[in-house]
Amino acid sequence: MKQWIIEGIRTGIKTTKYPKKFDTSPGISPSRPILTQSSKIDPSICPTGAIKKKGKSYYIDYSRCIYCYRCKDDRGGSLNWEDGYEWAYFTKKGQGPLKSSFRSSTHILVVDTGSCGACLSEVELLNNPYYNMHRLGFFVTPSPRKADILMVVGPVTHHMELALKKAFDAMPTPKRVMAVGTCAISGGIFTPSFITASSVSEVIPVDLEVPGDPPPPLAILYGLLILSGKMQPKE
Amino acid sequence: MLDRLISDIKNITNVIKYCELSSLPVLEIKKEELQKVCRLLFHKKHLHFGGIVAEQDETRRLYYFFLSKEKKALILKIEEKISPHPIPSISTIIHGADWLEREIEDLFGIGFRGHPRLGDFVIHSESWGKTIKPMRKDFNVTQPLYKKAGTGPDFWKPIRIVEGQGVFAMPIGPIYSGPSEAVHFMLETVGEEIIRAKTRLFYKYRAVEKLAEGKTISDVILLAERFSGTSAFSHALGFSMAVENALGIKCSKSTQLLRIIICELERLRHHIARIEGICNSTGLCVATSQAGILHEELLRISCEFSGHRYLFGLSAIGKILKDISYDSCSTLAQKSSSLLKRIKRLESMLRFSSSFLDRLEEVGIVNPEQARQLCLVGPVGRASGQDFDLRCDLPYLCYKDIEFNRAIEFEGDGYARLRVFFKEAKECIKIIKQAVELLKDYDVNDQFDFDINNFKETLSKKPVGISFVEAPSGAALHWVRLNKNATVERYRIIPPAFFNWHGFHLSTEGFAFQDFPIILATFGLSVAENDR
Repeated sequence: MKQWIIEGIRTGIKTTKYPKKFDTSPGISPSRPILTQSSKIDPSICPTGAIKKKGKSYYIDYSRCIYCYRCKDDRGGSLNWEDGYEWAYFTKKGQGPLKSSFRSSTHILVVDTGSCGACLSEVELLNNPYYNMHRLGFFVTPSPRKADILMVVGPVTHHMELALKKAFDAMPTPKRVMAVGTCAISGGIFTPSFITASSVSEVIPVDLEVPGDPPPPLAILYGLLILSGKMQPKE
Repeated sequence: MLDRLISDIKNITNVIKYCELSSLPVLEIKKEELQKVCRLLFHKKHLHFGGIVAEQDETRRLYYFFLSKEKKALILKIEEKISPHPIPSISTIIHGADWLEREIEDLFGIGFRGHPRLGDFVIHSESWGKTIKPMRKDFNVTQPLYKKAGTGPDFWKPIRIVEGQGVFAMPIGPIYSGPSEAVHFMLETVGEEIIRAKTRLFYKYRAVEKLAEGKTISDVILLAERFSGTSAFSHALGFSMAVENALGIKCSKSTQLLRIIICELERLRHHIARIEGICNSTGLCVATSQAGILHEELLRISCEFSGHRYLFGLSAIGKILKDISYDSCSTLAQKSSSLLKRIKRLESMLRFSSSFLDRLEEVGIVNPEQARQLCLVGPVGRASGQDFDLRCDLPYLCYKDIEFNRAIEFEGDGYARLRVFFKEAKECIKIIKQAVELLKDYDVNDQFDFDINNFKETLSKKPVGISFVEAPSGAALHWVRLNKNATVERYRIIPPAFFNWHGFHLSTEGFAFQDFPIILATFGLSVAENDR
């Protein structure tokens, strides 16, 4: 067993400094489209209609973006894509962050309701040495009875609807629900369909949404930080 | 070789019609003769069974795929008018066809005579008050049925359960331990030993094949890419290649090489993630972290190379959507080669950790005979002596020009599967290096410019395209029939996970209950890929 201990020490610390310091390592985020004054806008290029019009100006509805990159300037589009990952936001109907008593220890139940596996893989990576969410007091629990936060990934298929409702009902209050990924927020490309709901909020109330397909681990971590009240949401 | 096979078939049965689909021979036979021909091909000629594709519009057509190692494939076809009469089941001859027939019965309502159990497979009976057959042409996919689905029995009960003194049935899932995919296992145990295991899938059924119908080619690529995120590029490639076959497009050598590079990068990442899962299941923390570091680094390398961590948004018909420079390819080759040393070190350290090996060796055995009967593919099949690898056996892209060894083990236990994952991961790096080397002689920007208007004549014939792709988890078949107006008429995916999940229960039966998570990890199967 000795060699494992030596190997562990030799590897050193890989963990990101985030949230103390903003992480800008290459490859941690798939970035996302932004509209600038100069960009030529062609809403029809977006297969899910994420480029929307409000009055005379356009805006991007990130809850619909599925990362096809067709609007990106290096693939035939005209938009710039910006790096970053602090994308999560509270929903209008949601309850806001948890109270201060949850700040040092928050338990999370992860429910897969039809994700493609990429979102789930990113959630699993939160336990990776690079992100290590334990250091911030987040723990994944298999039991809804112990959970404070319900993390839902994937569009809700009809076959998982009942299981999701049961898991939500079994959780003690106060509880919060976060929808992770475009599919969970808006159904992504799997709607409209006879078998998937158009969002998690159609089945259970959602408090926080993390857009991205899939959102990178740090985006999910940011969502967890603001939902548990450990961090103030940034504008 | 192929001619001899066809003449052998003609000897025992009357071939009604002979034609070619996407340059593969199709033999139309009478449905009464089907079992006889299947027995000949599978048991006497030892062909690999590739799956069944069903189509139903004015007529009902079933295509049975057989692949041989001599770089050939053969299709048997049955065509008949729509009638309530069932088709003879071949699941008694080829066990691997069992689930395929259940799936077709559930989605189309085509009956199979002699099948031991049909119904409640893809469409879960407890969730639907009435029966639905979603793949039929008259079924409207956008109706919000889920809202008023009505109530079924509300809970699922297995048809049969083992009873006796000291027998316990343990239901696991669909929500269980940590971030895990939605799947249900019913384990029936006596003491510690699992005597019967049942896997219940399709909790995540998103009806991708039905959603694709009537959509444009560029929209269906998005679906093919996103139904299984951990093997996104391979499946998007499968779809693109099927469309290219249907339209007769030949993409440039540089595109082929780029596709190989990206495919192998995905395979490498997939296998490292599986190794991480195996280390995690045995509770070996440092090894899990080491594999986890490699996993995250590969994701970052993918992101720097393509813009997306899971290689989304790269696939297009006849080309790679992003402009990739040769420099970025050589950087990729360099970075992946730098991981090789660390992968080798991890492997050699694991090989000498006795506590780790104790949990894997002679646990979760699927023997070669079972693996062949169940048509297991990919790393799981290769660990059980099924050396079927589409990259060598039915070479696509330009895998012919690249030298690599196929991994093969015969023990069929957890350790054999781990060795296959390691061996293939190392081969991936070798392939990337060679492909980048070959790419030097070609212009990276030499890409096919796809314009659907140039193919009006071909489209008027409703062309069919078939492609075989070795996805990270095994052989995948993509079938596309295009419509006159350049939309997709029928899209069928036979994912590797479908066959491998079918064989999963075998590996658990007879082993201790506490080995179950380890066996599950060594299989490393994706539920999303199976459920579509």
